[in-house]
Amino acid sequence: MSQNDTIQRSAATGDRSRYADDGSLDDALTGLGVDADPSASGGPGASGNGAGNGVGGSGNGSGSTPAKPAADTEKRRNPATARGWQDVLFRSLARSAGAVVLGIMGLVGLFLVVRGSEAIGSAGPSFLTEQSWEPNSGTFGIAAVLFGTVTIALIAIVVAIPLALGSATYISEYAPRNIKGFLTGIVDLMAAIPSVVYGLWGVFWLEANVLPVSQWISTFFGWIPIFAVEDFDANNPLATPTVFTASALLAGLVVAMMVAPIASSIMREVFSQAPLGEREGALALGSTKWGMIRSVVYPFGTGGIIGGTMLGLGRALGETIAVYLVISPVFIIQPNILATGTNSISALVALRYGEASPFELSALMAAGLVLFIITMIVNFGASIIISRSRSGASSEA
Amino acid sequence: MTIEDTRTSEAGAATGSRHAGAAAPGRRTVLPALSSGARHPTRPEVRRNLASIGRDDVLRVLGAAAAGIATTSWLFTQIVAFDGALPFVLISYVLFLGYFVVLISFDDNRVTIIDRVANVIIHSLAVVLILALIVVVVFTVIRGSEALFHFNFWTQDLSTAGPLDPLTTGGMLHAAIGTLIMIAFALTFSIPLGLLCAVFLSEFPGKFSRLVRTVVEAMTALPSIICGLFIYATYVLMFGLDRSGFAASLAITIMILPIIIRSADVVLRLVPGTLKEASLGLGAGQWRTIWNVVLPTSRSGLMTAIILGTARGIGETSPVLLTAGYTTYINMNPFTGPMVSLPFATFTLVKSPEPSQIARGFGAAAVLMVLVFLLFLIARLIGGRGPGQLSRRARRRVAAASIRDAQRYTQRSAVGNPSAGGTASHGGGHSPESLQQTGSGHK
Repeated sequence: MSQNDTIQRSAATGDRSRYADDGSLDDALTGLGVDADPSASGGPGASGNGAGNGVGGSGNGSGSTPAKPAADTEKRRNPATARGWQDVLFRSLARSAGAVVLGIMGLVGLFLVVRGSEAIGSAGPSFLTEQSWEPNSGTFGIAAVLFGTVTIALIAIVVAIPLALGSATYISEYAPRNIKGFLTGIVDLMAAIPSVVYGLWGVFWLEANVLPVSQWISTFFGWIPIFAVEDFDANNPLATPTVFTASALLAGLVVAMMVAPIASSIMREVFSQAPLGEREGALALGSTKWGMIRSVVYPFGTGGIIGGTMLGLGRALGETIAVYLVISPVFIIQPNILATGTNSISALVALRYGEASPFELSALMAAGLVLFIITMIVNFGASIIISRSRSGASSEA
Repeated sequence: MTIEDTRTSEAGAATGSRHAGAAAPGRRTVLPALSSGARHPTRPEVRRNLASIGRDDVLRVLGAAAAGIATTSWLFTQIVAFDGALPFVLISYVLFLGYFVVLISFDDNRVTIIDRVANVIIHSLAVVLILALIVVVVFTVIRGSEALFHFNFWTQDLSTAGPLDPLTTGGMLHAAIGTLIMIAFALTFSIPLGLLCAVFLSEFPGKFSRLVRTVVEAMTALPSIICGLFIYATYVLMFGLDRSGFAASLAITIMILPIIIRSADVVLRLVPGTLKEASLGLGAGQWRTIWNVVLPTSRSGLMTAIILGTARGIGETSPVLLTAGYTTYINMNPFTGPMVSLPFATFTLVKSPEPSQIARGFGAAAVLMVLVFLLFLIARLIGGRGPGQLSRRARRRVAAASIRDAQRYTQRSAVGNPSAGGTASHGGGHSPESLQQTGSGHK
């Protein structure tokens, strides 16, 4: 309705001829409770929206409008209904672009479901419980790869979230003003580095540096089940650290480096929106800086923290190339995160698509479908949490 | 009055500021002053300094760090026979925190200790993240520089160079060309479609656009390998067409389309509603409003959306892996024959056991990274501004346009023919000024 009020009739005259024969205009205006022909009712602004018509009305009042007969074609336009041919064309073009995008995206989803259902239908519920992957002999399931995917993603999140939280807090609260923009750029840049570069880094640099750590953890914390490594004997001085290569931990660390900047930039965005008044209030009440952060910034940004974490999780679940380069694929559930061998759904697809028979391709589609559904749930959860939170009303994610 | 009283009460209280605040409405001065006076009979309140770092702080950090490192080296050499840089750093960091707490507790209370420790932890987390980035970048560039400094790396393809050949033959030109062709095709599809769809989402709200938005948001979760798998299963297997650069660019399009749409949608929604209303109020139609007001206002944000999508598109390996096929030749034809991109070439080359192949792979990765950096830099340069904030050049352009308009108005009023201007101004509306002109042309 406010748009109605802002219409200035003097402006409308310029386009008058274009809309003159738009019969639906009158009906729409009447429907909105606006007098469609103000000149008939004694001049501009006479019919209810006098204040809004002030500027336009004064221009017109001294002009020729009141003198014109009531059948004059000048009418107040309703921007919601009035259209020239460009508007009609543009509207249909935009609508069809939306339809095309919807079509493409729907096609991908539909295709996954249709092709994947063939394999799921033949495997039945064992698709979720079977560990081995031999579709051509009929025994296949995603238990092992799904477990590996989730393990890698969880390790990545556990490592990445403190880093993301710390760096986001630093950039929004501690960093000197003049390097804030620079640091923001660096973190965003990190999110844009290609995954294959992270994969290279993981294989050629991180692996050698993580082996001693793995060995150390396994030696001292081997009694915790997930840190146990079967073939490793801590008391054997000649034990090689090769039993720790290509582990889920390594893959998780590489993925963490890719996830942290994504989560960090969302958290920073939310933290920087924390209301100044509340910050100052906390400081004025004698709070330390950390006290202020803990009692104002973090509660305000809870939605952003959770949402950023979940978006990072979604990315970690779907990561392909870096994981593929780092891991050595196995098809058993590998609960020992330090031991060699793990797997992930996307790495499985990248590994097996080439020599796949049509049926195996369908099985890969089904695995991809499961991955897609999981990431979609995680992402939707993230956006719902972000948008429902106090800080998320205007945030972008 | 209240504020003054609270102040006085705080003046006597080192830790009791919270009590003072709570008790303020009732007995303002008496209670807190009494309780704090009992706690610290001699020590006057010192104003808490939140901003600057004093000499003491620096000395404490340095001292704690030195003590931590010293203890760790003693542990590593004398107690547990152990090597590895990372465990050393981790243990010394934990010890450093311990010493640091002890050092502060000599002077300060619990609240301050927590504040200082949180301060140090947050600083070190940020440093770790940025260090990791530096390590990734520097490591890739150093390993890649081996290949990068050979001139042939930039001018040849790999067709003449076998895996055992030294770095002086063969290069990555074919992969660079492949990357450019693929991303060019992907962008020709995704920019018009993506921007139009984003405009649709933000300017034509309704049931249908809500549905589209939901689906697009769901598709940002689509793992990139699935895009490749989809194109592989349809384009290559179902339609029986070759694996080619075009197939790869289709896969890239599917991948970056939701990314571009989503970030462009966010930018478009930031355009102030008053600007749009002003345009509509001046008599412009919806199409004119979007073309002359919405798009120019959000231009820098839209460019950022496109460039970030591009950076993502050229860096992603998995859609290309399934759809492009690998080759060592330059292939200029995107529709037939395999074509390779930089990340895909890196991926394939580093899986080889030959050092020279690995070096080539690193070289390709370094080139790719530099490319992404450049794109990113451009995005930052043009995209740092919000909608409506103009660069210096744009401001000059706008100023020049309005001077032109003013001159035209004076000319017109000198001629004294007001109705001619109205029709003349109608055709060439390409800037927001022309709207004002349409509006005022009829006075």
